[in-house]
Amino acid sequence: MTLNVLWLQAGGCGGCSLSLLGADTVDFAALLHDNGIHMLWHPALSLAGEQELPDLMQACLDGRVRLDALCIEGAMLRGPRGSGRFHLLSGTDAPMIEWVRKLSGVAEHVLAVGSCAAWGGISASGSNPTDACGLQYEDEHKGGLLGADFCARGGLPVINVAGCPTHPGWVTDTLMALAAGLLAQDDLDPLGRPRFYADELVHHGCTRNEYYEYKASAAKPSDLGCTMENMGCKGTQAHADCNTRLWNGYGSCTRAGYACISCTEPGFQRPGHPFHLTPKLAGIPTGLPIDMPKAWFVALASLSKSATPKRVKKNSHSDHLAVPPVSRKTGLR
Amino acid sequence: MSRLVLGPFNRVEGDLEVQLEVQDGRVVEARVNAPMFRGFEIMLAGRDPIDALTIVPRICGICSVSQSVASAKALADASGAVMPANGLHATNLMLACENLADHLTHFYVFFMPDFTREVYAARGWFGEAQRRFAPLVGGASGAGLHNRAALAARARWLELMGALGGKWPHTGAILPGGTSRAIETIERVRLLSSLREMRAFLELTLFGTALEEVAALDSVSALQRWQSRAPGSDMALFLDIASDAGLASLGGGPGRYLSYGAYAQGDGAHVLGRGVWDAHLQQRLALDPSRISEDMRHAWLSEGEGGLPLHPMAGLTQPEPDKAGAYTWNKAPRLAGQVMETGAIARQLVDGQPLIHALALAHGGTVYTRVLARLMEIARILPLMEQWLMALQVREPYHQVQAMPAQAQGIGLSEAARGALGHWLKIEDGRIAHYQIVAPTSWNFSPRDGAGTPGALEAALVGAVVDSASGERGQSVAVQHIVRSFDPCMVCTVH
Repeated sequence: MTLNVLWLQAGGCGGCSLSLLGADTVDFAALLHDNGIHMLWHPALSLAGEQELPDLMQACLDGRVRLDALCIEGAMLRGPRGSGRFHLLSGTDAPMIEWVRKLSGVAEHVLAVGSCAAWGGISASGSNPTDACGLQYEDEHKGGLLGADFCARGGLPVINVAGCPTHPGWVTDTLMALAAGLLAQDDLDPLGRPRFYADELVHHGCTRNEYYEYKASAAKPSDLGCTMENMGCKGTQAHADCNTRLWNGYGSCTRAGYACISCTEPGFQRPGHPFHLTPKLAGIPTGLPIDMPKAWFVALASLSKSATPKRVKKNSHSDHLAVPPVSRKTGLR
Repeated sequence: MSRLVLGPFNRVEGDLEVQLEVQDGRVVEARVNAPMFRGFEIMLAGRDPIDALTIVPRICGICSVSQSVASAKALADASGAVMPANGLHATNLMLACENLADHLTHFYVFFMPDFTREVYAARGWFGEAQRRFAPLVGGASGAGLHNRAALAARARWLELMGALGGKWPHTGAILPGGTSRAIETIERVRLLSSLREMRAFLELTLFGTALEEVAALDSVSALQRWQSRAPGSDMALFLDIASDAGLASLGGGPGRYLSYGAYAQGDGAHVLGRGVWDAHLQQRLALDPSRISEDMRHAWLSEGEGGLPLHPMAGLTQPEPDKAGAYTWNKAPRLAGQVMETGAIARQLVDGQPLIHALALAHGGTVYTRVLARLMEIARILPLMEQWLMALQVREPYHQVQAMPAQAQGIGLSEAARGALGHWLKIEDGRIAHYQIVAPTSWNFSPRDGAGTPGALEAALVGAVVDSASGERGQSVAVQHIVRSFDPCMVCTVH
C-alpha cells in the first residue's frame, strides 16, 4: 500500500520544501516511489496546477481520495481578527486555516513540517502581527489551530517535524516510517517530535567539543572556540541530531561558526536576548546544558578553565588551527 | 468578456493568484494577487540589529542567502563594517551557489515540465520533452530523466553551502564584517572538485559544450552555430521548443531593466554591473536609488499621508484588510515612477552581455529571452566561482569585528537569482526602528500603481491566448509560460 501525501504551504517561507529537495539521494523521485510515498500534490513538484488542487482537496474531503498524510509547511495565520484572511488559498477564496481544519479531519496522519507549522516559529516573531500559531501548539502551549485534544484518524496527535528549516532526512525518515507502519505514539517525544532525531542534542558530535570541555570559548565570529559561553549557542539544550546527521554533505550551524539557535524548540524565535549573545547572570550563562545541575556546571567550568591546554586556548581565538596537537613518536597507550 | 481566476500556481515559490479578463480568447486585463502576508517588517522592529541576520533569511526558503547578503550589506552600511577579501569571496561564493542552484531548479523543476502537458502531445519534440523534463510528481513513470539528474546534481552542489554556510537554506554565516567559517587548504581542493562536478553536469547535459563557449556567444548567428554543435543538449532542445511554441513573442516586459549589481568587489564595484537598461533608448543609465518608491494604492495596506508613494527609508507596512480597491498584499515599487523588470535578463543587459542584447533587440524581453538569460548566467557564474575559490588566501581573516552603532541607518542593495533585492533600515537606541524590504518579484509582479499603470507581469499577460475558457475553469498554457518565465518568488514579494 502506498502512503498518499498532500503537501500544502501556509504562512512560511517554503524553505522546508527546498531543503527537502536537497535530500541525500541519487534519485529523489525514486526515493519517494520506492518507499511507497505517493505525493498527491506538492506545490514545487507537481505538473497539475490551478483547478486540480481544489478538486483534489474536495475529493479528499468527500472520501473519494484516501489522504494518508497531510503535510503542512508554514504557520497558521489566524488574523486579522480570527478571519484567516492574511492567507486566502489562491483560487479558492477560503482561508488556508479553513482548508487545514477540514483536511485534518479526514487525514490518517497530520504532519507539521517545520517549526512554523509546529509552533508558529519565525512567522510568529515580534508582535506576531498575523496571529500566527502552529497546528497543535502556540509556542510551547498546547492548543494551536487544531486544539490540544486533536488526534488524527490514525490515532496520533500532530507529528511535529520541527526545525527551521527541517533537515530533509527528518522528513523522508518520518514519511518512510509512516509508509512502513512503523511510527507509533512511543516514537514521538513529549512535544510530538519524532524521537529518532529529537532524542539527540545538537551538542552530540559537535566538533567544538574539546573547546567546550575546557571552556575555551570563542570571543568573536569565525573563532574556533566553543560558542556557548559568549555567542548564544544552545546546542547543549536543543533537541536535534544536526551534528551527527549533518546538513548538505558535511555542514551544521556550529561547524560553520555560528550559534545553534535551537530552531527545533518551541518559541525559539523569541529568545529574550539577541540571538548571537549568551544571556548571563553573575557571569554564568542562564541557559545551562540540559540535565546538568547548576552547581556542578559552575564547579566543572571553573576547574576545566584552569586546566585548559595552551593549544586549545590559542586555537579557540583563531579562525584556523594555530597550534596542532603534539605528535608523539612512541605508540599510543 | 469573461473573468478567470487562476490559482494556486504550483512550481513557483509561494502562493500566487492571477485574475484575467478574457475577450475573444485572449487576455485583455490581468491582476496579480500575492495572497499571503506575514509582516516581517513589523516583526523586525525593536529587535537587536544583528537579529535581522537570523530573521530575514527566513523570509524565503529559495532566496535565503540573498536575503542574508542584503541584510549584511545594510548593517555594514550602517556600522561601517568592511569585509576582508576572504569574507567577500566566501560571501560571493555562497550567493553564486544559491543563484546557480535556483536557475537550475527553475529550468528543470519549475519551467520545462510545462512542455510535457497534454496540450503539446502532437508536437514532434513532445516525447523527448517527456523523457527529459516530465515533472517529479505526477509525471509518466520512468520519465523526467534530466530533471532527476539535475536534482541530484543540485543536492551535491549545495554541499558548498554545507561547507561555507553550515546548511541551506537559512545560514547564519554571512555577517556585516565577513563570514564565520574559514576554509582550510584541503577543503578548498574539495570545493574545487564540487565545482568541477557541477561543470561536468552542465557541459554534458544542459549545454553539450564547454561553459566558456556558451558564455562567449555574442550574436544570434553565433547562437545558431552553437546549436548545431550541441544538438543533443537541453539548451538546444529548449531552443527548438521555444521556436515551435513561439516563446520569443510571448510575454513582453516593460523594456526597462533594473540591476543593483551582483557580486560586490573590494573597491565597491560589482562583477555584474549596477544600473538600468532602457531598451527604448538603447542606453545604460545610472541607478539613483533615491528615486525608488513604493505605491500602495492597490495593496491591502494603509497609505501614507495623501496616498503618495514612499521611499523605502520612509516606507510603511500597516495591514488594512478591508481597503477598497485593493487586490493584493504586494506594494507597487517604481523607479522614478516607472515600472521595471528585474532578474537575470536585467543583470545580463545592464552588464552588456552581447547575445542577450541581440536577443532582446530582436524579440524584446519575453519568455524566450528571460530563460536564455538565466542559462547564460549559469555559464558565466561557474568560472567566476572557480576564480574566487582560488583567490582565497589561506591564514588570512574571513571576518573583522565592527561594533554596531546605537543610531544609524543603512541600505543594502544586492541581487537575488530573481533580481534586485533591497533592504533599508534604521537603528535607534541600539534597536531596529525601521526595516523595509523591496524584493525582485515585488517589482515584477507589482499591482497597478496610483496612476493605474499595471505591473510588469500584469502587462506581459495582455494578449495571451486562453485555450479553453469555460466559466472560471479556463486553462492557458501561455499564461503558465509567461508567469513562470519570471521565476516568481511570492514569499519574498510580500514578506
